[in-house]
Amino acid sequence: MINYLSKRLSWFVAGLLLAPLALSAETPEERGLAIAVEADRRDTGFGDFKAALKMVLRNKHGQQTERNMRVRTLEQADDGDKSLIIFDNPGDVKGTAFLSFTHKQDTDDQWLYLPALKRVKRIASSNKSGPFVGSEFAFEDLSSQEVEKYTYKYLRDENFDEREHFVVELDPVDPKSGYKRQIIWVDQAEYRVWKVEFYDRRDALLKTLTVSDYRQYLDQYWRGHRWQMINHRTGKSTELVWEDYVFGNGFADSDFNRNSLAKAR
Amino acid sequence: MYCWLTAVLLLWACSVGAAEWSGELAVEARLFPYDPLDSRQHGANGSVAFEPEFFHDWQDGQQRFAWTPFIRWDQGDKERTHWDFRELYWRKSFASAELYLGARKVFWGVTESLHLVDVINQTDLVENLDTEDKLGQPMVQLTLLRDWGTVDFYLLPYFRERAFAGTKARLRGPVAVADKAVYEADAEEWSPHGAVRWSHYIGDADIAVGHFYGTGREPRFLPGPEDLLPHYDLLHQTSLELQYIWGDWLGKLEAVRRDGIDGSSLAAVGGVEFTQVGILSSAADLGWVGEYQYDNRDAPFFPVGDNDIAAGLRLTFNDVQDTDILAFVAIDTDKGSRFGSVEGNRRLGQSGELRLEGRFFAEVDGADPLFFLRRDDYLQLEFIHYF
Repeated sequence: MINYLSKRLSWFVAGLLLAPLALSAETPEERGLAIAVEADRRDTGFGDFKAALKMVLRNKHGQQTERNMRVRTLEQADDGDKSLIIFDNPGDVKGTAFLSFTHKQDTDDQWLYLPALKRVKRIASSNKSGPFVGSEFAFEDLSSQEVEKYTYKYLRDENFDEREHFVVELDPVDPKSGYKRQIIWVDQAEYRVWKVEFYDRRDALLKTLTVSDYRQYLDQYWRGHRWQMINHRTGKSTELVWEDYVFGNGFADSDFNRNSLAKAR
Repeated sequence: MYCWLTAVLLLWACSVGAAEWSGELAVEARLFPYDPLDSRQHGANGSVAFEPEFFHDWQDGQQRFAWTPFIRWDQGDKERTHWDFRELYWRKSFASAELYLGARKVFWGVTESLHLVDVINQTDLVENLDTEDKLGQPMVQLTLLRDWGTVDFYLLPYFRERAFAGTKARLRGPVAVADKAVYEADAEEWSPHGAVRWSHYIGDADIAVGHFYGTGREPRFLPGPEDLLPHYDLLHQTSLELQYIWGDWLGKLEAVRRDGIDGSSLAAVGGVEFTQVGILSSAADLGWVGEYQYDNRDAPFFPVGDNDIAAGLRLTFNDVQDTDILAFVAIDTDKGSRFGSVEGNRRLGQSGELRLEGRFFAEVDGADPLFFLRRDDYLQLEFIHYF
């Protein structure tokens, strides 16, 4: 209920902010929030999707290894998304599945299915700053992005690749986040994120994410099909290649519980 | 008969279009640094295991057939050379229910150092001392999915005996275990039994309550003419599982009350788990586990964790090869016996894995069941190829 109210309230605030945009003397914080709320609004209502995800991990010598997984996501009306990730490759993690319920305010709920033991294990989600399956992506980079998880500050406009962008600073609300701040580049036409800089707790630039190959689904929702994350400290990088996006699968909450986790293939 | 069944299954499996095969082939070497107690027992030992896995889903995933045969050849122990159907079942899903028919493996429990409430499947003890390998259990399982939790009903029509190491093997008692078991139930292994379990989660808490009635999976041993006779008695076991997450901390508890031929007894295992994320500003996580094990059963049962403290460290490197190391020590607070275990895993390439395992017995008291294993410390290296 509180989530619901806060969502309503933030919409209301956003409405207030966006309407008199030109003449208001809004602060950078208000403007940053308004951009985040608008980006969220444009991505609301997709319902569900599934996709195949190829993860390519490269070390600084250019050696690479691959992982394959499938992702299913169900949007929640008043809370963060529910997601199920099923691992297909490499062989020793094949059949392992990961279920997460992201929350706007609370810490996320996470379960892991271990196929060798047929065991569903609830795990602590305080590992959000830790790497996801040995990649340069942290758990928090991949979990659903909710407006409430950050405070915002609009920095400037910037043009590159023939697009006009808003540049916004995001400060994580959760002290368990591995980042002091993130800088995001959002295009002004469609509110898509093209680039993110991640600054560690000591405010040094740690990683840069570049998103490309955006395609539109259901005439509204944009999905970037290539995410390139470079770790400046280690020289390692991870590329995510999203394929076979399907929206409108008719997923229900019952497809995202401990039982469905244990039988996911 | 099994040959025919296997052949028919194979033919059918190969003919189905959307079907999927995978599996693993494992080669293992065990080194025992100490001379055995009994000169008939082997020294270094090799073993090979093969476990293909087949499944086929149809009707948009509403129905599934799954088949996981398992076969092992062991150099030194004819009892460990064995085969099993780990799984052979058909599943039908309904709107808020599931029906399973066939042999399955079902896990109950939350703790790390001991699996106390896990009662559905018989332990495949010749595979590993850790009791995590199980024999496929024939069952009819009905799962009801409700807002107030999940309820599982199990009808278990057939009992499977625990396998024990043979005369020439290490990791066994002083006297061989007889092939013929003694049952309290008149119908012996065909005595039908059952179980029910409710499980749910509320916020950061997970809870489950279960009850099992049937032939207990753990035998007591009575001396026979030349060997030990395993006695399998009827058992009522009521179990409780609790887990709570508080930030980086996990609290876990498993407890059982057992009622059987020798009266009633209580056992519990519980403790905490704490994970430090990104130790020494690296990507690695360090997990700490501390658990206490209690069991008030008397002879002729010999619970290992009767009044023991188990402490463990899990180092997860979060590297590309998913390297991790788990080290564990269990100390009997009455008798002072110590049991140590180290396990390490590392991926090799895209389809291989290397596993190192060590088990150590120290200061083992004569009244402890581990006494018979006091010279059976071992180091195991296993290579697994996944396909």
